[in-house]
Amino acid sequence: MAGETLAAGGYSLLALWGEPDCVHLSFWDAGSGAAAVMTLPCPEGRFPSIGRLHPPALRLERTIHDLFGLAAEESPDARPWLDHGVWETRFPLGKTSPSSGPTPYPFLPTEGEELHQVPVGPVHAGIIEPGHFRFTAAGETVVRLEERLGYVHRGVEGLLRGEDLEQAAALAARISGDTTAAYSSAFAQAVEAALDVEAPSLAHWLRALCVETERVANHLGDIGAICNDAAFARMHAFCSVLREKILRAADLCFGHRLMMDQIIPGGMRTVPPGEALRKLRELSEEITASLPGILQVYETTPSLQDRVVGTGVLSRALASQYASGGVIGRASGRLFDARCHLAYPPYSSLRFSVPVREEGDVDARISIRIREVEQSLDLIRQIIDGLPEGPASKPLPQERVAPGEGVALVEGFRGDLFAWVRLDERACVERCHFRDPSWFQWPLLEAVVYGNIIADFPLCNKSFNCSYSGHDL
Amino acid sequence: MDLIQSSLIQAVQMTLVLLLAPGLTGLVRKVKARLLGRQGPPIVQPYRDLLHFFRKSPVLASNASWLFRIAPYLIFSFTWLATALVPTFCLGLPFGPWADLIAITSLIGSARFFLALSALDVGTSFGGIGASREVMIASLAEPAMLLVVFTLALVAGSTELSTITAFMLSPSVGLRVSMALAFAALLLIALAENSRLPIDNPATHLELTMVHEAMILEYSGRHLALLELAASLKLLLYFSLIGTIFLPWGLATPGASLPSYLAGGLFYLLKLATAGVTLGIFETALAKMRLFRVPDFLGAALMLGLLATLLRFVSSSL
Repeated sequence: MAGETLAAGGYSLLALWGEPDCVHLSFWDAGSGAAAVMTLPCPEGRFPSIGRLHPPALRLERTIHDLFGLAAEESPDARPWLDHGVWETRFPLGKTSPSSGPTPYPFLPTEGEELHQVPVGPVHAGIIEPGHFRFTAAGETVVRLEERLGYVHRGVEGLLRGEDLEQAAALAARISGDTTAAYSSAFAQAVEAALDVEAPSLAHWLRALCVETERVANHLGDIGAICNDAAFARMHAFCSVLREKILRAADLCFGHRLMMDQIIPGGMRTVPPGEALRKLRELSEEITASLPGILQVYETTPSLQDRVVGTGVLSRALASQYASGGVIGRASGRLFDARCHLAYPPYSSLRFSVPVREEGDVDARISIRIREVEQSLDLIRQIIDGLPEGPASKPLPQERVAPGEGVALVEGFRGDLFAWVRLDERACVERCHFRDPSWFQWPLLEAVVYGNIIADFPLCNKSFNCSYSGHDL
Repeated sequence: MDLIQSSLIQAVQMTLVLLLAPGLTGLVRKVKARLLGRQGPPIVQPYRDLLHFFRKSPVLASNASWLFRIAPYLIFSFTWLATALVPTFCLGLPFGPWADLIAITSLIGSARFFLALSALDVGTSFGGIGASREVMIASLAEPAMLLVVFTLALVAGSTELSTITAFMLSPSVGLRVSMALAFAALLLIALAENSRLPIDNPATHLELTMVHEAMILEYSGRHLALLELAASLKLLLYFSLIGTIFLPWGLATPGASLPSYLAGGLFYLLKLATAGVTLGIFETALAKMRLFRVPDFLGAALMLGLLATLLRFVSSSL
């Protein structure tokens, strides 16, 4: 039933994940603005395929099979996803059995004269994460791209089992280094929901400060890096300087450039000194003042505009079907932002706008990032000016209260990030699941590249900037 | 005595271009880095890199043929020879009479032919992509280059570089529209031939966008050193060519005294440095062109060359 509503576009898929004996499905109902979690026990090791009706669920189902051994019935794609046959065991989180070793991975077939395949990766020439891209091209034009991911699977969900909250928070912060504040925030919120405690108001505000600072740093990095992929190094140099300034200010405020391990269940580890906050606020004004310059260089360089406008167009229909969050969804007309649609604190008491564009090309994704930087800088100032008084953390109960499950949806810089946690009697993590926004963005990259030339793929890819480590877990 | 002196000058010329080429590459990189607010590697870094590569033994793919192994030597020799034919600091090189602009163009073309073949040799997809793009660019750049050569030959009455330069230095040259058009065309061709922006990005790490870099991806050790050196030499060649034909001042004439040779050398260094800095500034201000725009870019060069040639037929004073 839920599958059919998902397929019809009534619900947006948030997450689909497994346990040894059941699967969970979470979706968001745009009509009522409510999110829900459904659980289906599967005693026979099978569950009905959602991907059969709703393709965005396919890779999630393949992952459930790889990790737990639960099979999706009538799934149109039963190939493994994260498991490349090099793990010691099969189904590491379910009924384990020794691995039978790597098997050939059949890529989707392409037929036609004059078509040739270009395999790229998993090792790339730049310093980026590993992923394999299989292009089928007719001359320079891409007729199919198929991704293969899973090279940075570290077994995070397995590592989290049985860990106490402090250790678990440290692990959650390291799922994807560039999104550490958002991941920590999501984990903390999920744990607080599971324990039914409310973090102090100051903690909420400081968490938002971390997440917004992270967003500004990453967006600035992306804006420069996308232009650099069009060999326009000036923008890259300029944005890198700004990003570096932000990271140094973050170091001053939170004692770590990426603000790692600052957000913990129950609140914040430390409160930034007033002097450091003042510097961050000054910096936000300085960057806001330099944004029009960036925008002008970007919009008035014809050689650059020629590369980005009309390149890698993502249709609105696909963005909605895949419930793709973040910049990618908003550049294709899908207005969803967990900060305003779920209005978790402190965003309910802050003023900000969510920019949306309809074009869905690389240009739209860059422009949205520039506008979001502007909004986030304004948010940083609002937060620093309005920081409430009081403690920054509160002690957590040492025992759980039934049922001990919690979910959270946090808007990271890539989009909405889903976290689910269940605690055991000692208030340690029993099971935990994270769904990175990239899960619903990677498949769209395949669609976006179709019909473009191979040489434009790096530009499209960078304008998506999906996470490998957040996806592979 | 005359023979000894001219041979000596040719030897100096050959050594000079070889010694200067990596420095020119280093200079362009340094200028770009400074313009982007970075310190950048020192200008001598390309020399260190070459030394480093020469000391390493090459790693060959198991299916690499003899062609893959000899191609770097051929490419380097062709490019070095072509560069040695362009008067840099003095006129009247002994090789001059045998080697004119057409010979230089064909030497460069032969080097490219072997580079494209060697890129295809081990059968990697990037090599194939690079070779096909390079050949596409060359098929447009070479005719444009020949039209420029025709224009110069029609104006100066010879395809030999020393004669052209001597003519350009004479008062009879005047202001000519056709020469301006040929100059513009040669600039565009030089950018394309040397894999510079906006055609190709020499600094990229993105395999899928590369042209020249994709072709040499499989090379290592001394093979790579030779190819890098050949690429630097080619850049120097085009700078020298532009300098000699269109800015011929300061060149020493045959049989001149030692100080005038030295002055010629200084002028040459100045020309190279100016060209290097200009290229650095130009490349910083520009994004790379979409691959399928390259025909438009080189089409412009071809049209400029054609227009220059045609103008000569309209009036001998244009």
